[in-house]
Amino acid sequence: MVERRPALTVLTHLVLIIGVLIVAFPVYVTLVASTHTAQAIVQAPMPMIPGDQMLQNYAAVLVGSDAGAGSAAPVGRMMFVSLVSALTIALGKIAISLLSAFAIVYFRFPFRNFFFWAIFVTLMLPVEVRIGPTYEVVANLGMLNSYAGLTIPLIASATATFLFRQFFLTVPDELAEAARIDGAGPLRFFWDVLLPLSRTSIAALFVIQFIYGWNQYLWPLLVTTQEDMYPVVMGIKRMIAGGDAANDWNLIMATAILAMLPPAIVVLVMQRWFVKGLVETEK
Amino acid sequence: MEKRVRFRSTWLPWALLAPQLVIIGVFFFWPAAQALLQSVQIQDAFGATREFVGLENFRNLFADETYVGSFKTTAVFSILVAAFGISIALMLAVFADRVLRGATIYKTLLVWPYAVAPAVAGVLWLFMFAPSIGIIPYLLRSIGYEWNHLLNGDQAMGLIVMAAVWKQISYNFLFFLAGLQGIPKSLIEAAAIDGAGPWRRFWTIVFPLLSPVTFFLLVINIVYAFFETFAIIDASTQGGPGKDTAILVYKVYYDGFKGLDLGSSAAQSVVLMVIVIALTVVQFRYVEKKVQY
Repeated sequence: MVERRPALTVLTHLVLIIGVLIVAFPVYVTLVASTHTAQAIVQAPMPMIPGDQMLQNYAAVLVGSDAGAGSAAPVGRMMFVSLVSALTIALGKIAISLLSAFAIVYFRFPFRNFFFWAIFVTLMLPVEVRIGPTYEVVANLGMLNSYAGLTIPLIASATATFLFRQFFLTVPDELAEAARIDGAGPLRFFWDVLLPLSRTSIAALFVIQFIYGWNQYLWPLLVTTQEDMYPVVMGIKRMIAGGDAANDWNLIMATAILAMLPPAIVVLVMQRWFVKGLVETEK
Repeated sequence: MEKRVRFRSTWLPWALLAPQLVIIGVFFFWPAAQALLQSVQIQDAFGATREFVGLENFRNLFADETYVGSFKTTAVFSILVAAFGISIALMLAVFADRVLRGATIYKTLLVWPYAVAPAVAGVLWLFMFAPSIGIIPYLLRSIGYEWNHLLNGDQAMGLIVMAAVWKQISYNFLFFLAGLQGIPKSLIEAAAIDGAGPWRRFWTIVFPLLSPVTFFLLVINIVYAFFETFAIIDASTQGGPGKDTAILVYKVYYDGFKGLDLGSSAAQSVVLMVIVIALTVVQFRYVEKKVQY
């Protein structure tokens, strides 16, 4: 701080506290709603203090319930599908990007630059601009309603490849030279030298890509038609069917809390890498 | 930049690249090429016959009032999202940068919405604003304002803008905070010695120095509003009432998967492709050179 201005300091904290409260308010409402009965919520105004139905509600959504107008598939299963998909997408992206970046940086071969640009150009082809034909491909390959269909088409990553390439270029040449003199082949060098050096970048990317994988919506909407393959982010939408009061909002809100929890935990626990990953992947 | 030391192998680099190349070939380039092809064809809904029609799909598209309307909706939506998202985040970042004690706590409490899925954000805001049971319409009614986004298109737009901004603030906030921390303190101190107050210092020193970050975020936020908010809209307003919140991406999905109009959907995909390419070029041409961390 440059100078002491008590009034400004008070204003600073005031603005930040108001900001934090506004940001947190929707989640507070959700949390409160998830602890009441459906009847209590549909009476306007809904209660603003947590109720006593928390255990019942969360237990009901995790195993599935028959009440309500929308889908009542067990959320426990959806969480599992989401977790498997998010982990496969995050780890898959990291793995294939590490390999491609290693090939592009440490080898000389025909069309090297062409391939690099081909990977780079995929940045300009998000799912949204090719949804119809991509769906057809996945359907023709028989990958609908499978983990392969949910994850493999999302595993290619221009940003991760770019990030690892940038990082490998900063690794001193002496390391590769030393490894070669010691008789280590390229794969040995990759495994024993490059991979340990890339730990921070990998952690940073993992946070970003796990959130990306967990939060997928449009793609699962296209490739899954069976309730037992719904990721939770998509399943929650299916629970909303009727008008305002016809839904079991307490259960929907409990599902929302469950759907938010894993990525929020990853962000909070790995905050340092998260910020690093966010800033670096966009560079 | 090139490496001086390389490994020699004729097959290994290909094997290393193979997984990535197979995926981008099968799931990116082939479908994109198909979209280009289908955009100049007319196909019946069962895929039995195809006929080359040139640019007719595009002509129909731009003659279609709902499509042109969707362009306007998208423009309004992305401008609102970018403007609110950037200015609110900038304000919070400037204040958070001033805080000496408790800065990390504020930061932690402001970054987590990044982790919330857009679809979940849509559901949360939908619930708060549900006309008959939501808490906010109840409060608004008590001050005499009737909220019903199921009937009022402007209110529906307001709802998705709020949900989209809420989710994006943490991202903008982190970038502004990083930008602010990169500004040399000596500049600010010099201005303070010369008698410039905080308000003046912000507009004459801090804001101009942040302009590369602001521009970068402007592009990113527009891309976000165009492409990543599909889930927010599908979970809250579903493009309604009428077509008042049907942005371009929503319309591609709707026409292709609900309306089964493949030619039109492919033509819309191609239009979107052009938009992404333009935005990416802008981002790399103007941002790469100027943004420094």
